[in-house]
Amino acid sequence: MTAPESSLAPAAPEAAPRGRRRSRDLTFPVGVALVLLIVVLALVSLVWTPYDATTPNPVDRLQGGSAAHPMGTDRYGRDTLTWIMMGARITLLVGVVSVGIAMLIGVPLGVLAGMTRMSWLSGLIMRGNDLLLAFPALLLAIVFSAVFGPGAGPAMIAIGIAAIPAFARVARSGTLQIMSREFIAAARTANRSPLQIAIQHVVPNIAGLIIVQASVTFALSVLAEAGLSFLGLGTQPPTPSWGRMLQESQQFLGSRPELAIWPGLFIALAVLGFNLMGDGLRDRLDPTLRGRS
Amino acid sequence: MRALAFRLLQFLLTVWAATVAVFGLMQILPGNAARVAAGLSATAEDVERIEQKFGLDRPLVVQYTDWLGGMLRGDFGVSYVTGAPITPLVVNSIQVTLILVISAMVLALLIALPLGTAAALLRGRGLGTLLSGLSQVGVAIPNFLAGILLVMVFSLGLGWFPSSGWQAPIFGLGGFLSHLVLPVFALALVQAAILTRYVRSAVLEVMREDYLRTARAKGRTAGAALVVHGLRNAAIPVVTVAGVQLATLLIGAVVIEQVFVLPGMGSELVRAVANRDLLTVQAIVMVLVFLVLLLNLIIDLLYSLLDPRVRNAA
Repeated sequence: MTAPESSLAPAAPEAAPRGRRRSRDLTFPVGVALVLLIVVLALVSLVWTPYDATTPNPVDRLQGGSAAHPMGTDRYGRDTLTWIMMGARITLLVGVVSVGIAMLIGVPLGVLAGMTRMSWLSGLIMRGNDLLLAFPALLLAIVFSAVFGPGAGPAMIAIGIAAIPAFARVARSGTLQIMSREFIAAARTANRSPLQIAIQHVVPNIAGLIIVQASVTFALSVLAEAGLSFLGLGTQPPTPSWGRMLQESQQFLGSRPELAIWPGLFIALAVLGFNLMGDGLRDRLDPTLRGRS
Repeated sequence: MRALAFRLLQFLLTVWAATVAVFGLMQILPGNAARVAAGLSATAEDVERIEQKFGLDRPLVVQYTDWLGGMLRGDFGVSYVTGAPITPLVVNSIQVTLILVISAMVLALLIALPLGTAAALLRGRGLGTLLSGLSQVGVAIPNFLAGILLVMVFSLGLGWFPSSGWQAPIFGLGGFLSHLVLPVFALALVQAAILTRYVRSAVLEVMREDYLRTARAKGRTAGAALVVHGLRNAAIPVVTVAGVQLATLLIGAVVIEQVFVLPGMGSELVRAVANRDLLTVQAIVMVLVFLVLLLNLIIDLLYSLLDPRVRNAA
């Protein structure tokens, strides 16, 4: 039931009957491979793409796959592969910025809520969290596009803000567990300031949880960006984005379904990649197994 | 009883805080609403006239209390852009969205409960692994992509269902249902994939419990032990997740309505954003946020009904 490579130490009796190790062991590598695929597409597009993304080429419009255009062309004759490659950029950019915002605000708030002895302060933070939870990422992004105008910039910020509660919750519950450990009491006795304790002891110990959350949030932000661009409120022309490619493909579903299938496939692969990577990481950082290494 | 009152008070406070947040968000760019409504070529006088007409020159606190008071009476005000009252628009579109969301959740549960239980019972065997893998892939498919694929196959390909549009039930049940099928499936399939994973892990969790081993030792088969003793306990985390997912569905419906050109809240919201009709945006967002909060409240109450430990602790 248990995979041989996970039995460095004798398996804990309660861990053995779980028996989920074999199928999950593929999770992490597959996730990383998919994420790497998207990253490579984006990086290569910075230095080379098969065609220019914005120059229309009416002669080649609405073609199927061929040697010249492996994924075909859109209604202006623009190369779909080029657009897929460039779309990877905005997908990753939105993910990195929004996860960054959520992490930089959510983690300190969560650690503070977990460490403070002033119950009103942690109560205030967690109630603020609850309020923010009532604004799902896509809804907040739509509101931002109404107030600031549509665009990838407001979208990233809105998606980031909507993801703060997830990070704050994870950071708080991780911190609460760490705070009861002996080395925290030792650090306190050694007169370390709360800030020093937070940076030297708490954050390194909850980093694993945070990284897992980052991976899952990344997948959610890819979905939110694609949805927003699909509505025409996210990434604006002429910047290529998978969500808008899908929206524009809708008129040609009958004649050129591949115009929808390619961007759809890559959105799904990106989301799947980050989800699997997060799941695989969670498995490897499982607290029931952590004590054994 | 005291816990219930406390939870209700907390709900009302959060709703109130949400009205402040939504109102505040719309005021980030001062004078925006009138300038936008007046149009690009508007002179300063035009903007001023609109501000006076809709009372946008009053202090923010007065505008806010006016808006809040109106909503309590069921009046969302008049659009600065179209000049039409917003309430009828909300009332009409919310029906479409709620029909969509509730049918999708029911369908998703009908798919996810048996599949998730099966995936847990067959864990480690080929079929169980296949089910888990399928649900993992399903989670990664955005609902609007599912919608587009369904249109390709069942509308453009097989011609079974219309690819877009809406027909109210009073104009014929057949037309109503046939327009509903594809959008509901688009929402439900992705949702079912998510729920299947939770059902599976919830069932796996209870299968480890001692009372199931006892039931099996007393001669029940694994399936019977699970049905008689386990599923009620597995339901608790599933109810919680289903509630959270209802909120996700509500927002997912915004996009699905756009795919299928349905006259729901999402379509109205996107149209209002495109027209820069900020008061309408404010009203629809507030209704959606209220529904999300209301769902959370209902889930909390259900949760305590299902789990006596929570009920007694609270």
